[in-house]
Amino acid sequence: MDLILIQTLNGLASASSLFLVASGLSIIFGVTRVVNFAHGSFYMLGAYIAWSLVSRFGSASALGFWGGVLLAALLVGLVGLLIEIALLRRIYQAPELFQLLATFGVVLMVQDVALASWGPQDLLGPRAPGLRSFVSIFGNRFPTYELFLIVLGPIVLGALWLLFNKTRWGTLVRAATLDREMVGALGVNQRLLFTSVFFLGSCLAGLGGALQLPREAVNLHMDLSIIAEAFVVVVVGGLGSVTGAYLAAVLIGVMHAFGILIFPKITLVLVFLIMAVVLIVRPHGLMGRKPSLVQQGATMREPLLSPATREIKLLGAAALAVLAIAPLLLGNYGVSLLTELVILTLFAASLHFMMGPGGLASFGHAAYFGLGAYGAALAAKWLAAPMAAGLLFAPFLAGLAGVVFGWFCVRLSGVYLAMLTLAFAQIAWSVAFQWVELTGGDNGILGVWPAPWAAGKTTYYYLALVLCTALVLALRVAIFSPFGYALRAGRDSPVRAEAIGLNVTRINWLAFIIAAIAAGIAGGLYAYFKGSVFPTYMAISKSVDALLMVLLGGVQTVSGPIVGAFAFAWLQDWLVRGIAEYWRLVLGSAIVVLVLAFPQGLVGTALRWRGRSQDDDVPAEAVR
Amino acid sequence: MTLDRRNFLAGSAAATAAAVAAPAVLRAQGGAIRIGEINSYTAQPAFLIPYRNGWTLALEQINAKGGVLGRKIETIHRDDGGKPEDSVRHAGELVNAEKVDLLAGGFLSNVGLAISDFANQNKRLYVASEPLTDALVWARGNRYTFRLRPSTYMQVAMLVEEAAKLQTKTWACVAPNYEYGQSCVKWFKELLTKAKPDVSFVAEQFPALGKIDAGATVQALEAAKPQGIFNVTFAGDLINFVRQGNTRGLFEGREVVSVLTGEPEYLDPLGAEAPKGWIVTGYPHSDIKTPEHTAFYDAYKAKFNDYPRLGSVVGFDTMNSIAAALAKAGTTDNEKLIAAMRGLKFTSAFGPVEYRAIDHQSTLGAYVGRLDVKDGKGVMTGWSYRDGAKYLPSDDVVRTLRPATA
Repeated sequence: MDLILIQTLNGLASASSLFLVASGLSIIFGVTRVVNFAHGSFYMLGAYIAWSLVSRFGSASALGFWGGVLLAALLVGLVGLLIEIALLRRIYQAPELFQLLATFGVVLMVQDVALASWGPQDLLGPRAPGLRSFVSIFGNRFPTYELFLIVLGPIVLGALWLLFNKTRWGTLVRAATLDREMVGALGVNQRLLFTSVFFLGSCLAGLGGALQLPREAVNLHMDLSIIAEAFVVVVVGGLGSVTGAYLAAVLIGVMHAFGILIFPKITLVLVFLIMAVVLIVRPHGLMGRKPSLVQQGATMREPLLSPATREIKLLGAAALAVLAIAPLLLGNYGVSLLTELVILTLFAASLHFMMGPGGLASFGHAAYFGLGAYGAALAAKWLAAPMAAGLLFAPFLAGLAGVVFGWFCVRLSGVYLAMLTLAFAQIAWSVAFQWVELTGGDNGILGVWPAPWAAGKTTYYYLALVLCTALVLALRVAIFSPFGYALRAGRDSPVRAEAIGLNVTRINWLAFIIAAIAAGIAGGLYAYFKGSVFPTYMAISKSVDALLMVLLGGVQTVSGPIVGAFAFAWLQDWLVRGIAEYWRLVLGSAIVVLVLAFPQGLVGTALRWRGRSQDDDVPAEAVR
Repeated sequence: MTLDRRNFLAGSAAATAAAVAAPAVLRAQGGAIRIGEINSYTAQPAFLIPYRNGWTLALEQINAKGGVLGRKIETIHRDDGGKPEDSVRHAGELVNAEKVDLLAGGFLSNVGLAISDFANQNKRLYVASEPLTDALVWARGNRYTFRLRPSTYMQVAMLVEEAAKLQTKTWACVAPNYEYGQSCVKWFKELLTKAKPDVSFVAEQFPALGKIDAGATVQALEAAKPQGIFNVTFAGDLINFVRQGNTRGLFEGREVVSVLTGEPEYLDPLGAEAPKGWIVTGYPHSDIKTPEHTAFYDAYKAKFNDYPRLGSVVGFDTMNSIAAALAKAGTTDNEKLIAAMRGLKFTSAFGPVEYRAIDHQSTLGAYVGRLDVKDGKGVMTGWSYRDGAKYLPSDDVVRTLRPATA
């Protein structure tokens, strides 16, 4: 009995920490629709800055400690403010999710800035004055600081509720959450509203990080370790609902505290299991509302995709010709790098197929890539299958997952859909990670080398080039087939598409499966190319890579993902090898610069320039 | 406490410059011997920045004496960011484009295994410095891979020897949820039960790596009322675990046996909160007064104005063992190098070490002692050096663990 009480308290304490971070994210998303990847970085910065300030002010005095914590939160708020003004404000009009690319650039930069400023060693923060000790609860010691956190969560929740419901500013923010354009039309200064919301959200992240000082080590992994969970809390709670975020944080915190008593190994995947269950039962989270149709209509109007002109076809053929003769000009390593780029291109194109024409953004596309790789590797390891069979088994396994996961996912929309794909990807990842007997766990499966006839680097390159080109072209043909038009109809107006007899859910499901199969083939090729398969192939970072490639190229163009994959992967390889130190800072800055220079993605912006010079093929309102 | 970044940067800038400038001219003359070194620099900087310093120190010492085989050695470092697939790409680039003579490095076990498999496929020597997994030399061992650091099995065996001396009968284990943590727990249970059949294991906790929910984990362990605790968490997880455990009194009246906690990388951040009385493996850097270590310690301090971490020792010893192998083989021919590596004896910062011919594992050991706090810092007391050679299974057992083809 006392264990139940204590574990509940433990769960509530974790919930409060999580809530502080997630509430800021929720507010920012609710108003600006920015999927702010850098929120975890703000959290980390909050912890680091608080550590420095508290060390300087002296942690013994209450003023030194709490003053340091609050000042750190404010400073992080200012950093957020700066990023909003300098970066995000310029790209609010960009396609959906494009801001994610920009915030990812910020994540990379902050990682290196933190390393350079605070060094690599973990930092242990001081305990909070007055809350150093413990109270006895049924003979169990419970830290007073944790009790403080338990109380603080609801206090912050209450304060935010008052702010949003009892002040004019809060009313405007809520209005903007519901209908951004209408608020603008009524003469409210949106810029100021957005900036202030971003400031508040960043402050909360900073505060969340600073308040971790007495309970957690400050380290360079804080940013990425919190961000996925913060998103889960926001989505489980319901986008933009702060109360929902609190409920979700409590649900996750308490489930976790009890989960580890029963299944100690469930730690890897528990939050994602909870999210999957909640989203399947309640597609808009615990407290979320179905987005109004007005808003759906207002947020996005995609430019029409047009089949390649003669000019573009020639350009494509020329690029292909260059790729075909490249091995004659490049050394061994150049060929391997090209092989990797070609495979990643297929991976990016497969994501684009559902994301662009289908409007089904996925945060977990690596699941199908990874399952493809595992399909090939498992066939090679357990069935001693030859490469050809492995390459067939790869899309089979990925496609099967696409059928099952897709069935659930396509019933959702927008960020909820994206987060459910993430949940499934994490579940698949944890199976690969935990089922050691079958998959070798995190030590992976080794010795997945190609058949002797394809073992040569150049031969394998041509194999990958032929397969990937064929599939990318096939995807392109599908986009301009009746199926592709139906898919786009479902994206642009589900209601009208249903009215003319299209089964939008089934069409989306099919698109999902096709994308999964294509990603699976890319994964299979990747497995034989690398010779080994690891759970990292399905990790969040791989999914993010795919997203970045598509967004960088331009989600609303057909050739965007190809250009994006080449640009992103090549840039990264080049920087890692060329700079060695602080390559993340340079890569992050490069992404930010690219984002500002090409706000529609590389290809999207280039097309627009061309369109402008040719007296405008692209309708003006399409790229608002 | 902070590392001298200027020195680190200067060192690496020099290395990069060397890599850029080195080029074909020298190679054509049969110039420098090139080593390709791959590690997770951006993912694990706390261990790897000191590691690279140690490596650079050894490299400069060797080259100052004229190098090996009358040729200088140069290193080309690559950052895999903690991803095995990237490490394979770098390995390919180092071998094919940079024409390195051999590969080295690796921190994470899966990265080590990926490079090892690449090395096997491409018939290239790979000297793994840090990856701890037993699989690297046993279940997935191969002809081309050698490993310097004492493995998971060896570290646990050293601790079991101490744990078996205690009166503790009931144990609880806490380990990060991945292969390293699971293997440590598996070996601890197996070896301790063999040594003391009457022990029992009453609880296990496997927090996700880097994401421990310390309060709940401590409470779950407390609820099982064990007499002793076996801890495998490290880095940030360890700090959070120790802090919650201290506040909640988890460690009071209990014996705690803990892997790696005495290494400065993990002990120093704990400061005055370092848990007294824990039995740990580690590296009491300022107390070791053997001639080999003093020479290393002083040179390191003079060069980097900082004390060495365990990573520094690993980097230093890896580089030195490669030089010793080159000298013994008299060539960079990889097959001959492998013959030389098998049974290679060299002097590490901890004293004489041998790469065993039977499984390519080095006999580098570790220090075992109890933790204490002195002047607000965690230290190891009553420590002694455990020679790795004594903490490995018998040759017959090893032969069954390793593929016959390796």
